[in-house]
Amino acid sequence: MELFNGGHVALKDIPLLAEKEFREEVLLRCRDGARLANFFGSLEDGGNVRLIAILSVDEESELQIFSTKVLAESPRYKSLTKELLQAHLFEREIAEQWAILPEGHPWLKPVRYHTNYRAVPDLWKDITQQTIPGSYPFYAVGGEEVHEVGVGPVHAGIIEPGHFRFQCHGEEIIHLETQLGYQHRGIEPLMCGRDLKRGVLLSESIAGDTSIGHSTAFCEVVESLASCNVPIKAQAIRAIGLELERLANHVGDLGALGMDAGFSPTSAYFGRMRGDYLNLLLELTGNRFGKGLCRPGGVLFDMDTAMAEDFCRKLKRYKKEFEDVSELLFTRTSVLARFEGIGVVPLKIAKSLGLVGPVARASQLEQDVRIDHSSGMWQFYHVPISLAATGDVYARALVRRQEVMRSLEFLLKLLPSLPKGGIFSSLGPLKTDTLALSLVEGWRGEIMHVGMTDSQGALMRYKIKDPSFHNWFALTLAMRNQEISDFPLCNKSFNLSYCGHDL
Amino acid sequence: MLKILMTRFRQGCRTLSFPKGKLPVLPARYRGRPIIAAQEDSVDLGEITYIPDSGIRHSNDFRMAVSKREDLILKSDVDALAYALNKKIAKMFGRSLKLRQVSAGGCNACEADINVLNTPVFDLSRFGIQFVASPRHADGLVVTGPVTRNMREALLKTYEAVPDPKIVIAIGACAISGGIFANSPESSKGLDTILPVDLYIPGCPPHPLTILDGFLRLMGRIKKDQP
Repeated sequence: MELFNGGHVALKDIPLLAEKEFREEVLLRCRDGARLANFFGSLEDGGNVRLIAILSVDEESELQIFSTKVLAESPRYKSLTKELLQAHLFEREIAEQWAILPEGHPWLKPVRYHTNYRAVPDLWKDITQQTIPGSYPFYAVGGEEVHEVGVGPVHAGIIEPGHFRFQCHGEEIIHLETQLGYQHRGIEPLMCGRDLKRGVLLSESIAGDTSIGHSTAFCEVVESLASCNVPIKAQAIRAIGLELERLANHVGDLGALGMDAGFSPTSAYFGRMRGDYLNLLLELTGNRFGKGLCRPGGVLFDMDTAMAEDFCRKLKRYKKEFEDVSELLFTRTSVLARFEGIGVVPLKIAKSLGLVGPVARASQLEQDVRIDHSSGMWQFYHVPISLAATGDVYARALVRRQEVMRSLEFLLKLLPSLPKGGIFSSLGPLKTDTLALSLVEGWRGEIMHVGMTDSQGALMRYKIKDPSFHNWFALTLAMRNQEISDFPLCNKSFNLSYCGHDL
Repeated sequence: MLKILMTRFRQGCRTLSFPKGKLPVLPARYRGRPIIAAQEDSVDLGEITYIPDSGIRHSNDFRMAVSKREDLILKSDVDALAYALNKKIAKMFGRSLKLRQVSAGGCNACEADINVLNTPVFDLSRFGIQFVASPRHADGLVVTGPVTRNMREALLKTYEAVPDPKIVIAIGACAISGGIFANSPESSKGLDTILPVDLYIPGCPPHPLTILDGFLRLMGRIKKDQP
């Protein structure tokens, strides 16, 4: 069954395969170049759970969907992870959310420490009574000179909570394991029901630095379920918001990378320049993170010619400043010496993990939703993909630098020729018994939201996937055989979301 | 070296004069302190999420920090810049305030706009305020997020590790009331149900100026009646 970005399908039309066929189908297609973009469970009558896999064939701009049923009386299926590494965290999530055992999973540990949504005994006893990391069975390396370093959940800076456990030999990291879940707010269940007004607010707060990315995905899911055609002007304004969000975060990341490499001038300048983009969002939406911009049906804030011209003028100036400061950062030998060869993710690993976003592109994995699954404004504008080959901190910095320039070029092209017309269309009732999905290239990579309605047209299952969900595992692999002192720099070069992962 | 100096020269000085001089004016669409229309209306600054489609009218005023939870409930008959901040705190921490930030759930937007205070634009260190790495070095905690079940213990442990006397600052709708997550079984209904709070800075997230204004009032660097 094929689908496209922003499309929908009746639940009964989603291929329902026997477990063995499902497994073979998913594994076969992933061997042929598809990527496991989403894999989740949904509760059906009688306590059965339908497992739904969404595969993306990026080169063909194609999405495929398959499902199988796990019966309440035998809540187990054969794990895919040993053959398909991309399934690793999805299967752990399914095990936690639905108390379904993926038999043979090599790394079956809790993800977010919450009780399951099926109201049956959890796979892990007393999971909600424990404090993370609690009795989490970290992999340990034995040996006399091996030592363990535990960091978090409360870190040294103003950042989100997470726990990192390093197994070290001297200064060298043999193995790193991350345990998150501290930010778990239970967003997916909160999204269900009929309250779309609350739904969009929740989507803006999945990850505050990706408010526009996630709220765009939410709106597109609802609009698809409601057969609503969003005016082109609203699509343009969403694209402007999304790119401003990308600009702010990429510029901020470059500043933070300079700081972690011990070069403070660019960090001060980039830090301030990041604010310039947030202030543009403030002018457009009244909020520095763009909260309040996207609503199902369109956007709440219009942009007139005067504002577009003003933004253009400012962006031209910011572009010059960015070129100036990034030139300074990327020509410092002391900085480059810290960037190069640190935290390498080879293309092969990037592919097998199913990485997304700038992290994937830094390992030369060609994958960008704006190109592969273009929707909205991206159908009319082509943003060239930004790739780098070395897969190290340098490559991840370089990809961000290129993407900043390309986002600026895109905005400078779009702003003078903004489409005319309204910014809002009204929403009909949601289709019943239907699944809709939306992909958005957030600044961290592929965001996917999936909404499923019941026979009354209320949302009965809402699945959120932040790009960080794919990419956290890459950080742990990139740290192997690196100095422990390189961790902050390497971590910053990924800059993954804790709250986006934890939901 | 020359390149570094030239870039430095081109960058110039960008630090805001705030709190000296005229108040900075934020863009027209910015949603600050709500405007209360009718006599009987009231708005809880700590519960609302400052969205454009809530029916609440917002002014351009970014000053919203208060020291008592009830002062966040804005009524029309109170011309409430109600910042009754403690003299003892002002004396003790007025010139040097070391804070430890704890992110306890939430969406990271509040954290991002706290971080902004360290950029040259706000230059927090010129006020003697510094975010420190260890709670043992801190005079108080800055807490963001709705205090998820999974962060509760880490938060309490961090609080215990801060030497007395200590202050607690709640930043953002989530930390103040649970915000949009108040109904989730995974989160609390506000930091002050768990710890005593000395300063409430509302917003979703609060503008960096709102946060800075709050800090400076807490320290007694902006006086109660001073606009």
